[in-house]
Amino acid sequence: MKPWSQIIGSLTLSLVALSPSAWAADNIKIGSFLAVTGPASFLGDPELKTLQMTIEEINAEGGVLGRQLELVHYDSQGSAGKARTFVKRLIDSDEVDVIVGGSASGETLAVIPLMERSGMPFVSLAGAVSIVDPVKRWVFKTPHTDRMAAGKIFAHMKQNGISQIAMISGTGGFGKSGLKQSKEVAGEYGIKILSSETYGPKDTDMTAQLTKIKNTAGVQAVLNFGFGQGPAIVTKNYKQLGIQVPLFQSHGVASKKYIELAGDAAEGVKLPASALLLAEQLPEGDAQKPVIMAYKQKYEARYNSPVSSFGGHALDGLMLVVNAMKQAGSTDKEAVRAALEQTRGYMGTAGEVNMSEKDHLGLDLTAFRMLEIRNGSWQMVN
Amino acid sequence: MSAEFLQYLFTGITIGAIYALVGLGFSIIYNASHVINFAQGEFLMIGGMCTVALVGTGLPMPVAILAAVAVTAVAGLALQKFAVAPARNAEVVTIIIITIGASIFLRGLVQLVWGKEFHALPAFSGDEPITIGGATILPQSLWVLGITLVIVVALSWFFNKTLLGKAILATSHNPDAAKLMGINTGFILLISFGLSAMLGAIAGILVAPITLTSYDVGIMLGLKGFVAAVLGGLGSGAGAIAGGLILGIAEAMAAGYISSDYKDAVPFVIILAILFFMPSGLFGLRGTERV
Repeated sequence: MKPWSQIIGSLTLSLVALSPSAWAADNIKIGSFLAVTGPASFLGDPELKTLQMTIEEINAEGGVLGRQLELVHYDSQGSAGKARTFVKRLIDSDEVDVIVGGSASGETLAVIPLMERSGMPFVSLAGAVSIVDPVKRWVFKTPHTDRMAAGKIFAHMKQNGISQIAMISGTGGFGKSGLKQSKEVAGEYGIKILSSETYGPKDTDMTAQLTKIKNTAGVQAVLNFGFGQGPAIVTKNYKQLGIQVPLFQSHGVASKKYIELAGDAAEGVKLPASALLLAEQLPEGDAQKPVIMAYKQKYEARYNSPVSSFGGHALDGLMLVVNAMKQAGSTDKEAVRAALEQTRGYMGTAGEVNMSEKDHLGLDLTAFRMLEIRNGSWQMVN
Repeated sequence: MSAEFLQYLFTGITIGAIYALVGLGFSIIYNASHVINFAQGEFLMIGGMCTVALVGTGLPMPVAILAAVAVTAVAGLALQKFAVAPARNAEVVTIIIITIGASIFLRGLVQLVWGKEFHALPAFSGDEPITIGGATILPQSLWVLGITLVIVVALSWFFNKTLLGKAILATSHNPDAAKLMGINTGFILLISFGLSAMLGAIAGILVAPITLTSYDVGIMLGLKGFVAAVLGGLGSGAGAIAGGLILGIAEAMAAGYISSDYKDAVPFVIILAILFFMPSGLFGLRGTERV
């Protein structure tokens, strides 16, 4: 009796062990590396949740090309070194068909050479312009760039007769890059930057810098490019000093947390943000509305936390890849890459995507909406 | 021009008072044990975060503040009892390293319990700025300055007039002699950790409406407070206050008159200069022993 039960036991065990791999042979493998923990977890966490939710949903509807999707994911913790190790593993031992990932710009830039060398279609979820400029054959990305944010703000300023501004920006990666891009595009909109101040990412008081700006003659508006708690303190100090000209923030503060931290001082602050933040306020008939509302409702129902534009970037990245596979009719890497490049008129959470050989981002300024904070909430302005 | 100067001065004094409070915490433990407690910044953070969490549960602010100070004091006592006391025969450097470890542990713990986000505490008496001679100051800054002053007076009374305070000083000067005189030095160390944790918590709660608070807010404030304490002379209360104010005002003036890019460099240059000529700090006496 005993040997029999052992044999049956081992048979069942081997069956159990066999079945997933037998399955997996037919699955389409989507590789991913995201900063799910660590300082950039506010990016990676919603991104991973979105990927898991969407892949489950696609599989329930029968998958892609008659095959199921399988997510192979690693937590990069936002570290460029870890990202490189994981991407090598995704390419060499997991043999994934495509990679959607890279929460932060640093880790994305670090793995681009690997993708290019092995010919792996890669959709990045990070912000920096340099990811797709100059264009790399295998690399695409979904979020708007800080250059576009600056462009959107300056276009709005120009419309409202503002031509001379002061800037205050954080010395972290986001603020630095924002300052650089702003200086580069300001001329195109006839904006002159009269004064530029900076603050450290952990600074607790910016009244000195703002006093300097306040005393600069001719400033018609102030633009703050920064991330985290810095912009909230700038906003509070701005009100404390009673500066009368309008304050503009970047898309870096486009979260409810900013309003919560800055409190009353945030009233009247203007910023560019993706349409996701004001899903309900979009006019009926706006082509983006159904996409955004569907994502928002599903995400919030399942995870019981508000959507962020970062999760939206992951949704866009995954859907671009899925559509490209359907278009190509296969998961052949070159065919998928070519189909990604041919993406036209895809409506995502970040806006309408029209890729080309010269543009692996495919968004334009209309992807951003200008918002104003009124009564502790977002209000769309024109 | 003068309004501008006044604004920089107000800014500097506010930040400086915060650094001074943190520096005082360093001084108390240093006085009792010659240990530099690098978890001092974390006491600040626990005080602030705890208040935010308790206010979030609906407790009235004053109750939340008292509870947060108590929680932090317990954290300080526990740190001494379970991490520092078992290593009491180790060298001072070893104990300093233990406090660094404790600070990382506390940060990780708070991160797990309360998350990584920034939180804001409402100001004690409104956000309406007060205008003085063309410059503005927030009511919360006055709270910081006022309470710092009260604490300084209370501490000097405690150390100079009470038996317990004198016992702490005695233990600092010569632990063996203090023991012979019947002072329970282990207990003194415990008390000094609790006291400096309470001080840290008060500082953390006072500044939370101004600087916002998060699990890692203690790193920068702790470091600047340490610099303030060294600048003024480790172990000296008056020194920590002077050091903090010099640091804060130098930063604000540098940001205002020179360049905000170099504002963090200017105070450090001043510190190097002062320590070069006065190695034991402004108010330090026993030069050879000091940093």
